[in-house]
Amino acid sequence: MTLPPLDSPHWQGSLKAFGWGLRATSATILSLVLFVTFIGIGALAHDTHFSMLWAILSTVLVWAGPAQIILVSTLGSGQTILQSAIAVTMSAIRLFPMVVAVLPLIRSPDTKRRHLVLIAHFTAVTLWVECYRFLPHVPRERRIAFVHGLGTGLMGVALVATIIGYLLAANLSQTFGAAVLLLTPLAFLFSTLRNAKELADVLALGLGLVLYPVAAQLNSGVDILVSGVVAGTVAFSVHKWRERRAAT
Amino acid sequence: MSDFIGDWHALVVLLVAGVIPNQIWRLLGLWFGSGLDEGSDLLMWVKAVATAILAGVIAQILVQPPGALASVPWGLRYGAVAVGLAAFLATRHSIFAGVVVGEAFMLAGKWWLG
Repeated sequence: MTLPPLDSPHWQGSLKAFGWGLRATSATILSLVLFVTFIGIGALAHDTHFSMLWAILSTVLVWAGPAQIILVSTLGSGQTILQSAIAVTMSAIRLFPMVVAVLPLIRSPDTKRRHLVLIAHFTAVTLWVECYRFLPHVPRERRIAFVHGLGTGLMGVALVATIIGYLLAANLSQTFGAAVLLLTPLAFLFSTLRNAKELADVLALGLGLVLYPVAAQLNSGVDILVSGVVAGTVAFSVHKWRERRAAT
Repeated sequence: MSDFIGDWHALVVLLVAGVIPNQIWRLLGLWFGSGLDEGSDLLMWVKAVATAILAGVIAQILVQPPGALASVPWGLRYGAVAVGLAAFLATRHSIFAGVVVGEAFMLAGKWWLG
């Protein structure tokens, strides 16, 4: 799908921009990835004996695939609510910088903070990646409506998938279940890698992958945070060092 | 209908351990992000950390796999990612190729091992 040029009349009115955002959902392989990931989440919720409403609410209100997988699998494996909450909180820290990074792409000088609440809620890895791809082709004053459309579309896809996965779960073999769960790491890895424009992004990804198993040996309960901050800081420092060397 | 809703206790757990831990970071991002400049060093650092934390989540699913994925031996799980990555790079960054080849490797390996 190609979006209309920035000065096209097709961008007049928020409703049209919302429509373009909604339609953009069909233009990305990530929608397919999202669909299959949430089939896995729906199936996992069923197998862990949560209700259909629980699965639906977790997709709409949590709206973060890895967090949902961690939540279901920790609760399912008999960990306490507190342990599970800590693990989910750690995985969710990445949402903070994502929101921080996405908002400047969307905001214009007269945007109020309350206009951005729904966008903050929609922000997760898929929306984050797609904002970088689509927003340069969207007029700035239409970006809020566009992202509302995009977020609604993506959440709709995930919601349908959650329900289908939940209903299918009874009929899924273990092999198929494993294949569906493997989709999440594969899809996240490749979509982040494709979106990585700077060396710093690739380094952060690679170091983060390698450092997590090391940090997990600490068994601190905050392993993801430890490996993430260390790997991210090293990647950032290398980037700055190269930048400074290039300047002199 | 009660099957659909389930028990209320589980819904409270969802709120406490699922919804709040996620929304708190989004709200903090909304609150503190408004003053940050798009190209600033702080934002670059924060982005690098976000990427590395996501990498940690990916690694966690592979190292400590949930549910049915635990039935796949570790060599197959890591192998699937390595082979998928090779396909991704060989096809000039096609997410689809990487995912399909990685999955095919895991399924073939599981079938071969019986």
